[in-house]
Amino acid sequence: MPTVSMTVNGQAVTGDIEARTLLVEYLRENLRLTGTHVGCDTSQCGACVVHVDGKSVKACTMLAAQAEGSDVLTIEGLADGDDLHPMQEAFRNNHGLQCGFCTPGMVMSAVDLLNHNKNPSEGEIREWLEGNICRCTGYHNIVKSIQEAATKM
Amino acid sequence: MYDFNYYKPGSLADAASALAGAEDGKIVAGGMTLIPTMKQRLAQPSDLIDLAAVGDLKGISSDGSSVTIGAMTTHAEVAGSSDVQLVIPALAAVAEGIGDPQVRNCGTIGGSVANNDPAADYPAACLALNATIVTNKGEYSADDFFTGMFDTALDEDEILTAVKFPKPDKAAYMKFPNPASRYAMVGVCVAQTGGAARVAVTGAGQDGVFRASEMEAALASNFAPEALDGISVSADDLNSDIHASAEYRAHLIGVMAKRAVAAA
Amino acid sequence: MTDTGIGASVKRVEDARFLTGRGSYTDDLEQPNQTYAYILRSPHAHAAITKLDVSAAKAAPGVVAVFTGEDMQVGSIPCGWQVNSKDGEPMKEPEHPPLAKGKVRYVGDQIAVVIAESLAEAKAAAEAIEVDYDIQPAVVDMNKALAGGTLVHDDAPNNLCYDWEIGDAAEVDAAFANAHHISKIDIVNNRVVPNAMEPRAAVGAYDKASGEYTLYTTSQNPHVIRLLMGAFVLQIPEHKLRVVAPDVGGGFGSKIYHYAEEAIVTWAAPKVGRPVKWTAERTESFLTDAHGRDHITHAELALDENGKFLGLKVDTIANMGGYLSTFAPCVPTYLYATLLAGVYTTPLIHANVRAVFTNTTPVDAYRGAGRPEAAYLLERLVDRAAREMGIAQDEIRKRNFIPSDAFPYQTPVALQYDSGDYMATLEKAQGMADVAGFPARKAASEAKGKLRGLGYSTYVEACGIAPSAVVGSLGARAGLFESANVRVNPTGSVTVFTGSHSHGQGHETTFAQLVSDTLGLPLDQIEISHGDTNKVAFGMGTYGSRSLAVGGEALMKAMNKVIDKSKKIAAHVLEAAEADIEFKDGKFTVSGTDKEMAFGEVALTAYVPHNFPHETLEPGLEEQAFYDPMNFTYPGGCHIVEVEIDPDTGVTTIEKVSACDDVGRVINPMIVAGQTHGGLAQGIGQAMLEGCVYDDDGQLITGSYMDYTMPRADDLPSFDTDTAVTLCAHNSLGVKGVGETGAIGSPPAVINAIVDALSGLGVTDMTMPATPEKVWQAIQDAKMPMAAE
Repeated sequence: MPTVSMTVNGQAVTGDIEARTLLVEYLRENLRLTGTHVGCDTSQCGACVVHVDGKSVKACTMLAAQAEGSDVLTIEGLADGDDLHPMQEAFRNNHGLQCGFCTPGMVMSAVDLLNHNKNPSEGEIREWLEGNICRCTGYHNIVKSIQEAATKM
Repeated sequence: MYDFNYYKPGSLADAASALAGAEDGKIVAGGMTLIPTMKQRLAQPSDLIDLAAVGDLKGISSDGSSVTIGAMTTHAEVAGSSDVQLVIPALAAVAEGIGDPQVRNCGTIGGSVANNDPAADYPAACLALNATIVTNKGEYSADDFFTGMFDTALDEDEILTAVKFPKPDKAAYMKFPNPASRYAMVGVCVAQTGGAARVAVTGAGQDGVFRASEMEAALASNFAPEALDGISVSADDLNSDIHASAEYRAHLIGVMAKRAVAAA
Repeated sequence: MTDTGIGASVKRVEDARFLTGRGSYTDDLEQPNQTYAYILRSPHAHAAITKLDVSAAKAAPGVVAVFTGEDMQVGSIPCGWQVNSKDGEPMKEPEHPPLAKGKVRYVGDQIAVVIAESLAEAKAAAEAIEVDYDIQPAVVDMNKALAGGTLVHDDAPNNLCYDWEIGDAAEVDAAFANAHHISKIDIVNNRVVPNAMEPRAAVGAYDKASGEYTLYTTSQNPHVIRLLMGAFVLQIPEHKLRVVAPDVGGGFGSKIYHYAEEAIVTWAAPKVGRPVKWTAERTESFLTDAHGRDHITHAELALDENGKFLGLKVDTIANMGGYLSTFAPCVPTYLYATLLAGVYTTPLIHANVRAVFTNTTPVDAYRGAGRPEAAYLLERLVDRAAREMGIAQDEIRKRNFIPSDAFPYQTPVALQYDSGDYMATLEKAQGMADVAGFPARKAASEAKGKLRGLGYSTYVEACGIAPSAVVGSLGARAGLFESANVRVNPTGSVTVFTGSHSHGQGHETTFAQLVSDTLGLPLDQIEISHGDTNKVAFGMGTYGSRSLAVGGEALMKAMNKVIDKSKKIAAHVLEAAEADIEFKDGKFTVSGTDKEMAFGEVALTAYVPHNFPHETLEPGLEEQAFYDPMNFTYPGGCHIVEVEIDPDTGVTTIEKVSACDDVGRVINPMIVAGQTHGGLAQGIGQAMLEGCVYDDDGQLITGSYMDYTMPRADDLPSFDTDTAVTLCAHNSLGVKGVGETGAIGSPPAVINAIVDALSGLGVTDMTMPATPEKVWQAIQDAKMPMAAE
């Protein structure tokens, strides 16, 4: 069994895994970080988005082995202790979530957007979210949340 | 997913020997197509050879009249490259429009070109821009490289290392995405270099990416949208599915081609 | 209004855990020593199983057990609603085994379950199962199904489940005979796949010591699952069966029903002596989550010379799929045909509905359930009638609205609407949509070669499901009340146990607001508990926009009982007459004096009853209430959609959505707007993007997000939503419901807008989903010279 080592939410982790283990499986099952979700099997829905070395990726379409040596950030590691990240705060302020299932991926994707583009237009936000599907909100309040976060990040 | 042996060689030579030595080895670049395919148990490689640690496959270089992009360069890196934006802005735009941001952060030009998905964007860009595909064994012109749907001139143990794009005078890519998958339902890349014009179409052809010769001839004499008036692509060899009939695809090729010429 | 009471946009309590990845969805749960189930499903839509050999799979690495329909001898998955045909015959209700017995009836039907140490091992072993199929022709098309030939179920001739009607056909025919104009329409209400983002999952566990089974499941109504599975399928008594629906990632109807996998994992847990976990892959969700809609209808509207509606005739065929899902039979009858009066005074209506079995995934309620189909039919037909008679779209509606002073209004199709003001929502929506500015916007579009259209929809729906006596008389096999238990803890905090279930709606906030408002408590002193049959006494769950109107009323009723008892306690302590105790702002006072007790003091006294009179005052402060509504509630409103079409490609862009809804009293405006947004996205999705496609062999072509078009952020605009409220006349809160309005009102507004944009070309029809190709084709067809007929 291959061994993988990486940093997840600031902590060094090591594990013996099957080569076929996806990053999302490693996070959810081995590390019990169940905030990262699986909503589809075709890499479309984005419920599994995490950051690997500062970039948003779909953890369902990356082998854990491919993340060897990487710095992984999941939704569990986004807040600073009890202080929500500005993006989390903005989602709460603007009712940017309902059932909460797509939310971790949506928030992680949105943080990556603002890392690239400090002041995105509504159109740029909507285009960026192509890889994140939400069935509850109609995206209206997600867009508003990201717009608010952009003023605070 | 079936299990497999995983290798992460540090050099191209090691990668090539691992590939040659494997019973049914596959190269994984960004994994954006291969991993979903394996998840659905539609592919069962014995060995997966990850090129991520092969340093010289990454990066973009430019001499002002061309850009060379390492196979492991991600779409996001191509889209964000000032060299690409300066020399061939249309190519940066192609990369910016591939998949979604997370796909662009992982997916690579080498993976996309080697896979030759009939709805992928890069094959159209390579063909229209007259790219040279560089491998560990030699070079191919784009015209020779793409040999049919999911089929290329690559030998089984050959590894794509870079793609070299000459600078065109003008170029642009217009995509009509499949509303569900967001792959190209019709994508048309046009380029003008000297007196010649090239038009490549992805997403539509039954055999994958192809050149629209009648359009090229018309654009060679007049590189303007109206030059394409009255030119229609036959629906005979085009795909038909629940999202678009062959006739609709044929029509969209005309519309996208004109819009690409206008934008070039 | 306090900042945590009724009417306040309180930030959601549940968000803290969801935003930090600490939600607890079914697949997140890990039971000690759990096993993993993988279900082998039929690749064929219709086949007899001639051989099923699981021996190799049983011997595969890591396999704990393999079970087939032969092994699982249990009851049939029941249907919760009986509809009788017009000749009095009960509907055909074929057997529905959790694991197929000799025959499969749709692609995805369960054949065997493999239980293993890991999911990968279970999947690998499933490939070793040998199945031989005698493949039979699949019946997919509803009209072909009704013609007989291939039968999905041998005991349902012509694949007919029932042939039902409402209204007097002869009277309606007489009205048509006197009509000035008759408008006709053929409608397909496209099948859609619900696609809650959390795939279904179920974990079954069995405790040998207590004999108790536990099922963790992605359900909108755990008590209903306990009832259906426990009593009918597995014969487990309720006191030995706990069903938990923890955090659930969206439902939209699809998680109401009792599914085979729930029974399979619960049944298998004691067999293998370990917990059994099953989680759907999205592909399985597409194949097995009950689908929505799927009606074919011909309808005719008779009008007089002033455009007043005289009568309506409707003939609908509704797809049930391969088996009857839990609520399927009531959707195209009592949730559809009873709404065909819409917001109009149409005096005579007749509807005939035939429900048909096909070799497709079962169809059941999906956000709106029947009411969207009724609204779509009516609003398309009214739009057409207006065009044919040369009457403006708003004018024809105004001429036929039920006037605001006519409530309660008895429709000719059984329902009695209690309140509404359709003119008010129409006029407010027109203002929001800047209808007056439309001609200028249309001209601007045309100047750049684009087409522009404006479409209306004025709708009413019935929710707050439902008065038990009424639905019982219509075939419901259960009452549709709701329960609430209010436990006042000794220190004055409150725990509410509700039978409603939140899977995105925000009950933990809205219900807490009701408590805060009523008992004067801060939110951090209130806990809303739901989703566990061992905690909540009983519940009918959340669907049909019923949580607030039924569950919220139950909560109000229980709180009133708490207040009544608290007054007794306060009267005893303050040595006053009970009748003199007033409760206000969280304090009990003796009227006309300065003697008072805070709510918390009463609570503590209730649990430290030093000198309660034994005969008249029990210790403790906890009250239970069941609320059965007097009537349905009737939200309604007006949606106006404006579109722009690129004629070169057929691409339609939604330029503006203006939705003014009457949802009754609004408890949390932020949440109400959010519900409306989500409903609009699903309605627009159905109208423009989503369509479930089967081929003639019954293979689902749209079986993943690669082929089924989910609305994404860049498919939609931001929405303009507002409310114009009339209060529900028969519940104490005056609430109606908001969960489904967006999905009901918007589809016809979208299609009417597209037809409006294309009307200049002579186009009169458009089907859902209005894809770019369909729109482009309509434009091409309109350009062609009229073909010889």
